[in-house]
Amino acid sequence: MTLSTPVDQAGAAAAGSATGGTAPIRRRKPSTAQRRGKALRVALAIMSCGILLFPLYWMVVVAFSPRTELLTRELRLWPQDFTLANFDTVFTTFPVATWFGNSIAIAIVVTAITVAVNLMSGYAFAHLKFPGSNLMFLLALSTLMLPVQVIMVSQFRLVTGLGLYGTYWAVILPSAATAFGIFLARQFIIGIPREIIEAAKMDGAGGIRVFAQIVLPLCKPLIAVLVLLTFLSTWNDFAWPLIALKESELFTLPIGMLFLQGAFGSDYGAIMAFALLSVLPMIVLFLAFQRYFVQGFARSGIR
Amino acid sequence: MSTPGVETATDATEAPDPLEHPQPQRGGQRSPGRRRAGLRRAALDAAEGYSFLGPNLVLLGVFLFLPVVWAGWISLQDTNGFGDGVFVALDNYGRLLADPIFWQSAANTLLFTVLVVPLSMALGLGLAVLMNSVMPARGIFRTIIVLPMVISGVATALIGVLIFDQNNGIVNKIMRATGLGAISWQSEGIPAMMSVVLVSLWWRVGFNMIIYLAGLQAVEPELYESARIDGAGGWNQFRYITVPMVGPSTFFLLVMNVIYSFQVFDIVFVLTGGGPGYSTSVLVTYAYENGFVTRDQGYAAAIGIVLLVMTLIFTALQWRFNRSRDQVG
Repeated sequence: MTLSTPVDQAGAAAAGSATGGTAPIRRRKPSTAQRRGKALRVALAIMSCGILLFPLYWMVVVAFSPRTELLTRELRLWPQDFTLANFDTVFTTFPVATWFGNSIAIAIVVTAITVAVNLMSGYAFAHLKFPGSNLMFLLALSTLMLPVQVIMVSQFRLVTGLGLYGTYWAVILPSAATAFGIFLARQFIIGIPREIIEAAKMDGAGGIRVFAQIVLPLCKPLIAVLVLLTFLSTWNDFAWPLIALKESELFTLPIGMLFLQGAFGSDYGAIMAFALLSVLPMIVLFLAFQRYFVQGFARSGIR
Repeated sequence: MSTPGVETATDATEAPDPLEHPQPQRGGQRSPGRRRAGLRRAALDAAEGYSFLGPNLVLLGVFLFLPVVWAGWISLQDTNGFGDGVFVALDNYGRLLADPIFWQSAANTLLFTVLVVPLSMALGLGLAVLMNSVMPARGIFRTIIVLPMVISGVATALIGVLIFDQNNGIVNKIMRATGLGAISWQSEGIPAMMSVVLVSLWWRVGFNMIIYLAGLQAVEPELYESARIDGAGGWNQFRYITVPMVGPSTFFLLVMNVIYSFQVFDIVFVLTGGGPGYSTSVLVTYAYENGFVTRDQGYAAAIGIVLLVMTLIFTALQWRFNRSRDQVG
């Protein structure tokens, strides 16, 4: 719907000035056509955003509505009765607090491991000279193309064989095996002047000290982006935890949500109450650190 | 990344890039003295490089590369449950060729791809152009468009289940109220696939918008200025300046979107479960069903290998295309 009116990016000027030569002068004061173009764009933006927001709005409405509300055949776009009964149902029937705890614990550990190893790799690829570095970089790059779902059977056997099945580690270790942060890290760290690193080495600092005391303090924005993106993707991860987690005490929120769907069927109020609880932390995090998320999405192409 | 200055920086998407490094980049010039450092130095360098790389390499090796090779091996076995299988060479692949559900899942994967990739890119470009133009509250609009990206696939699909419920869902209520009539989103194949595509678009459009917006912000405003002076209208400017100038973004998005579409799982699994029948079954949901429901793991591994080969072929194609395009350009 938004494509039907391609609007030139530099402003509304073009809309009113197809005649050419007079354009630079007329641009100073917005003409009627320019104002109309702007109004049209705002209307389009409001419509698009309305459509995009509606599913989230509806989740909230259903989460706070009594069950009977959903079963009516009338069209009601606004909440009629407000109730917390759905949240009550969810909390009394399922170990929601445990699932929250699991999601938080797994996301923290995966994030810590992933960010640490990706920073180290990024530093190595950016500033260290060693044989095979190009080959290693290509190998790491190739994993980004690898559909993780290809290996779910063998990965399942692997974690079972390692005795990890039925523990948090069955989720944590395969999730931490990712290369996506390496490229972001390398790209950022390569911008740190080599002279700084060389000078520190001349002063007798060892490799680890250079990394920890010189490089890392310059990497705060990078670390923020990596931490936020890894935390988000681990929090939302579904396919692998579905396979790797057996007992319901170990479930993360997405797996719990699926479990809930099985148990409640079409009692959408309870399901939406739980869905709302599970997405709220990420929405808050996103609104607080939007700049970092957007840059991370834009540069890594991976959420 | 600089924004061709129109409005004041009121929103996060146009605030300074947090990843833009404060220091200028320098070339790695080593003094001649250091060049003469001996073999010992080289060995130390290698040791240092690999010790920084080591933890990541071990994780990637054990949990990605080893499982890929292992998946190839399992795909050559007839397995029963989770025990060791019997080597059957290419039998599983032979079974695939004769399995109508596999072909349907492969066709659905391609259908999903040819629908979601162009649509999400077109919508993303449209929204990016809109969001790059002068308007009030632009930052809020941009935030809303990106917001679905942080919602988990499961929650997204469950919201889809809620609103596309064919009996009590809000979409059908709206359609009945406006006289369009209800759609059988769950009991008919084509509407079910439509619901999967619509939910995926909702989830993916923000990503496409971000990439295109970054591309648009790199286009010099002077190009539009001179086009205007030459009398080019809005559509011609879009067609002859915007579209070619965001070519690299288009290429990047094409690759990312196709790879995502080949691997789609969360949305389909939760929203339709591949149903009704197998009309929305895709390769990954079918592999999951074989591997972890009917526990025919050799067969599931073979489906995974097919997916891997599809991805490799696509990667090779885009690599070729990209190289020949570079040579022409």
